[in-house]
Amino acid sequence: MPDTLTPGGTASATPSAAPTRTRASRLRDFWSDFGRSPVALVSLAVIAVLAFVSFGAPWVTPQDPYDMANLDWMDAFLRPGTVGSGGYTHWLGTDNAGRDMLSAIFYGLRTSFVIGLSAGALALMVGITVGLTAAYFGGRTEALLMRIVDLQLSMPAILLALVLVAMLGQGVAQIILALVVAQYAYFARTTHGTATVERGKDYIEAARSTPLPTWRVLLRHLLPNVLPPLIVVATVQVAAAIALEATLSFLGVGLPLTEPSLGSLISNGFKYIHTDRTWLSIYPGLFLMVTVVAINLVGDRVRHVLDPRNQR
Amino acid sequence: MTLLSVSGVSKRFSRKPGILGRALDRITGESSAQTVHALTGIDIAVPRGEVLGLVGESGCGKSTLGRIVSGIYTPSDGSVTLNGKPVARMRGGNVQKLTTAVQMIHQDPFASLDPRMKVGETISEGPRLHGLWSASEAQGKVRDLLEQVGLEGAYANRLPHQFSGGQRQRIAIARALAMEPELLVLDEAVASLDVSIQAQVLNLFMELRQRLNLTALFISHDLSVVRHVCDRVAIMYLGRVVELASAADLYDAPQHPYTKALFASVPTLGTGRAAFQPIEGEIPSPLDPPPGCAFHPRCPFAGPRCRAEVPALKPAPTGVVACHLNDGGTELGKTAA
Amino acid sequence: MNAALDVRGLTTRFDTRGGMVTAVNDVSFAVEPGRIMGLVGESGSGKSVTGFSILGLIDAPGEISAGQVLVDGTDLRTLAPDALRRMRGRRVAMVFQDPMMTLNPVLRVGDQMAMAVRVHDNVSKRAAWDRARAALDTVGIPAAAERLRAYPHQLSGGMRQRVAIATALLHRPSVIIADEPTTALDVSIQGQILAEVRRLADETGTAIVWVTHDLAVVSSLADDICVMYAGRIVESGTAEQVIGAPRHPYTRGLIDSVPSLHPPGQPLPQIPGSTPQLVNLPSGCPFRPRCPRATEICATDPPLSGTDHPALCHHPLTEAPA
Repeated sequence: MPDTLTPGGTASATPSAAPTRTRASRLRDFWSDFGRSPVALVSLAVIAVLAFVSFGAPWVTPQDPYDMANLDWMDAFLRPGTVGSGGYTHWLGTDNAGRDMLSAIFYGLRTSFVIGLSAGALALMVGITVGLTAAYFGGRTEALLMRIVDLQLSMPAILLALVLVAMLGQGVAQIILALVVAQYAYFARTTHGTATVERGKDYIEAARSTPLPTWRVLLRHLLPNVLPPLIVVATVQVAAAIALEATLSFLGVGLPLTEPSLGSLISNGFKYIHTDRTWLSIYPGLFLMVTVVAINLVGDRVRHVLDPRNQR
Repeated sequence: MTLLSVSGVSKRFSRKPGILGRALDRITGESSAQTVHALTGIDIAVPRGEVLGLVGESGCGKSTLGRIVSGIYTPSDGSVTLNGKPVARMRGGNVQKLTTAVQMIHQDPFASLDPRMKVGETISEGPRLHGLWSASEAQGKVRDLLEQVGLEGAYANRLPHQFSGGQRQRIAIARALAMEPELLVLDEAVASLDVSIQAQVLNLFMELRQRLNLTALFISHDLSVVRHVCDRVAIMYLGRVVELASAADLYDAPQHPYTKALFASVPTLGTGRAAFQPIEGEIPSPLDPPPGCAFHPRCPFAGPRCRAEVPALKPAPTGVVACHLNDGGTELGKTAA
Repeated sequence: MNAALDVRGLTTRFDTRGGMVTAVNDVSFAVEPGRIMGLVGESGSGKSVTGFSILGLIDAPGEISAGQVLVDGTDLRTLAPDALRRMRGRRVAMVFQDPMMTLNPVLRVGDQMAMAVRVHDNVSKRAAWDRARAALDTVGIPAAAERLRAYPHQLSGGMRQRVAIATALLHRPSVIIADEPTTALDVSIQGQILAEVRRLADETGTAIVWVTHDLAVVSSLADDICVMYAGRIVESGTAEQVIGAPRHPYTRGLIDSVPSLHPPGQPLPQIPGSTPQLVNLPSGCPFRPRCPRATEICATDPPLSGTDHPALCHHPLTEAPA
C-alpha cells in the first residue's frame, strides 16, 4: 500500500502492514464503524420500526381501513385523540370516510415500501445490465447506451414518470414500471463509471487472457467488484422512489385512494387543507418525510463507512 | 524447434477524434487523429525450453509485445503463432484468444488477482471451464499447485488481501501453471516486489522452469535480473529490436551503442560511488519518433545516414544488431556490399 | 562539522484497527552539509514515514510521539505551526516519488515556481521568474526559459522530477528529503538525475536524505547509509562500510539477494519469510524469525553495538570496530 498523500503539500503516511482480516471480521468492522454515528443508528431503528408496523399492519392496526364493512360514516372527520364508534382511540383522527388515519398510514406505508423496494431492485438490475454491457464492450454499444442514459439524466425523473404513468395507466405494477424506467439511469451511470475503472485493472486482463468466457468475466469478476458503490445508490434511490410515488399519487396520476399509499393520503387530505382538518395531510406527510430522511441518512452513513479514505 | 514465432509484427494504436473533434478538424482543416507506433516489424523466434528476455525503457514496446503474444491484443500487421497456430484473432471488434497454451503473469500482484474471489477458485476457474480438471479433482490440484509454488494448500480458502506481495505473485504463478501452458509471458513479474522477496520469486521461477521445461518471455527493465534468468536477450528501443544475442554475449560484449549506454547508465551494487555514465537526452515520444534510427539524437556515434535511414537487424560478431556502424558506417551513400 | 539535520529518537505511531503500530521506532541519525544519506528499507520498514515525520507531515490517525528533529540546530518539533510552515520549503524541502504531488497540473511551471519563491521571499514576480530559471539551469534542464512556460503535462516524467528538485532547491534549503524520487523513472533517466543530485550536494552543500528500496542506487549515490527494518534503523555507517562489510544479518541478506553478484542461472541466496507486519511483531529483534543467526537471546531487545558503524543486533557479522 503506497503512502497516501493529498496535493498541496500536506501528507499523511499510513504504515503498509494491514492486519489480515477475514470476511466475518470485516463485517463486524463495518457495523462497528456504522454504529459510531448515533444519527445513523437512530435512523436505522426508525426504519426498522416503520417496516415492522407497515408490513405488520393487519396485525398492529385497530381496523382495516380499506374494508368498506369496517367504515362508519358517523366517524368521519374525528379529531386526533377522539374515541370513535369502534370503541378505540383514533390517535391521528379519521378522514372523510371515517377511516382511522393511523391504520391508513401504516397500510399506505406498506404500499410505499413495496413500490420503493421493488422499483429500486428492478432499476438496480436493469441499470447494472446496461452499465456493465456498456463498460465491457465499449465502442458503439457504449456510446449508444450511455448517450440514452445521459439524455434521461438530463431531464427530471418526475417528468418522465408522469408521462409514463399517463401512458400506462394507474396501478401498482404500472407505477413500479414507470419508476424503473425513470431511475435505472442512475444505476447505469454509477455501474458504468465503476466498471470502466475495474475493467482496466489487471485482474480483468488476466481473466480475459486465460481466456475465460465473456459471461464469466462479466458476472464473476466485474459484477462483484462494482457492487459496493451501488449499495449506496440503491438506498438513496429507494428513498427517491418512495418520494416519487407519493408525488405521482398526490398529483392524482398514481394510485387511487382505494389502493392506499402515503401520496394518495396526502392528496386526499390536501382537499381539506383550507379547513381546520389539517391532520388529514400533515400526519401522512410527516411519516413520508421521516421515512425518506431516515433512509437517506442510513445511505449516507453506509457511503461514509465504505469510503476507503475513511477507513482506518 | 521453434515454439513461438513472431514475424513482421507491428502494432499501431490510433486515437480517432470523436464527433466534436471531427467537427473541429473540419473547421481547422487539420487532423487530430493520433497514431502511436508501439511496435514496428518485430521478428522473434523462441525455441521450446528457452527463456527470452525483453529489455527496454518506457515506450520501447516490450509490454505491448507481451500482450500480443498473450493474445490480449492482435497485431496491426504480421502474425504470432504458437506451434504454427495463431494465438488470437479479431472477431466482431473484440480480440478472441484461440489458445490456452500462453499464460501471462502481470507486474502488480495487488492488481492481478480478483480481490473478491478466493484463491482456490482463482486458480481453478480456468482449468475447470476449459475441461482440464473435473470438479472432483479440482480441490486436490489446487492444493498441489499451491504447494508447488511454496504456499500451504490450506490457503485455497483465503482471499487475496490476506497475502503479502510475494505470496500473491506465487498465487498468480500457480494460476498460470494451472492452465498447463507451453509459454509463459512474465511482464515485469518481480519489479514490484521487495528486494528480499524478489530473490525468492526468481528462485521459484528458475526451479519451475527446470522441472517443467518451461518456455518464457521475460519482460523486464532490470538488467541484472534479466541476465540471471534469461538464455537470450532482446534489447528494444522505441518499438524495435535493436540487438538480440545470448545473455552471456550481450553482457560481455554489447554491440549496439544503446545497449552499451544502457549498461553504463545503471548503478550496480559494489562498484562504488558514481560509477555509472548516464545517457544524454530524453526518450523520444512514440507519437513523434525521430526519422532514421530512433536512437540517433542520443547516440554519440550518429552520422548523416543515421538521421535518414532506419537500420535493419544484421548479423554481428555476436547475435544480431540494428546499427549502421555494424552495416557499412554512418556516412550517407555507403552501404555494405 | 555541525549536522544540517540531526534526528534524535524520532518515534511515530499509528492508531490502526489492528492496534497501535509503531511505524518509526526511536530513529536517530545525522546528516552533515553536502552529504547524501541513503535511508534504505523494504515496504513497511518505515523509511517513508520517517521522511514525512521529519517534516511533521503526519495526519491522524498517526502521531509523532517522541523525538527531536534539529535542522541547523532548530528543533522543528517545538515550533508553532506557523513557524514550522515557514521552515518547510525554506530550510527543509521534500521531493516525492510522483512529481505531480507537488506540481499543480493547471498552472505553468514558471508560475508555480515563482509562487513558491514569493511565499517566503518578498520579491517582484519578475525576480521570482529569474530565480526559477536559475534553479532549472542548476538541475541541468536545457532551454530553461522555455520550460517555465510549459504546463506539467507537457514535460516528460524525468523532466517533471527535475522541476520538482529545482523547486525544492529554490530557497537553498539546508536539507532535502527525497522519497523514492527515481523509482518511477526509466534507468537512463534515473542515471541522469542521480548524477545531477550528486553534483548539487557537492556544489550547494545541501544535506540530502534519499529514501529508497534500491541498494544499487544508494551504493552509487550516498555517502552514508541507514538500513531500516520494521521501523528501526538496524545498521548505519558509510556506504563503503554498509555495502562492503555489512554487520547486520538483514543487510547481508539484502545484498546477497541481488542477482548481479551471482553467476547467472544459479539459485540466489534468499531471506526466508515475508516482510513483517507491524501490528504483530515478535518480541526482541523483529528480524529474528527470518534470521539465520538467531538464537534464544534474540527474543530480548537487541543492543546497539559499535559507534563508527553501529548495528542493532545480538550477533553482528563482524565485531564492533574499535
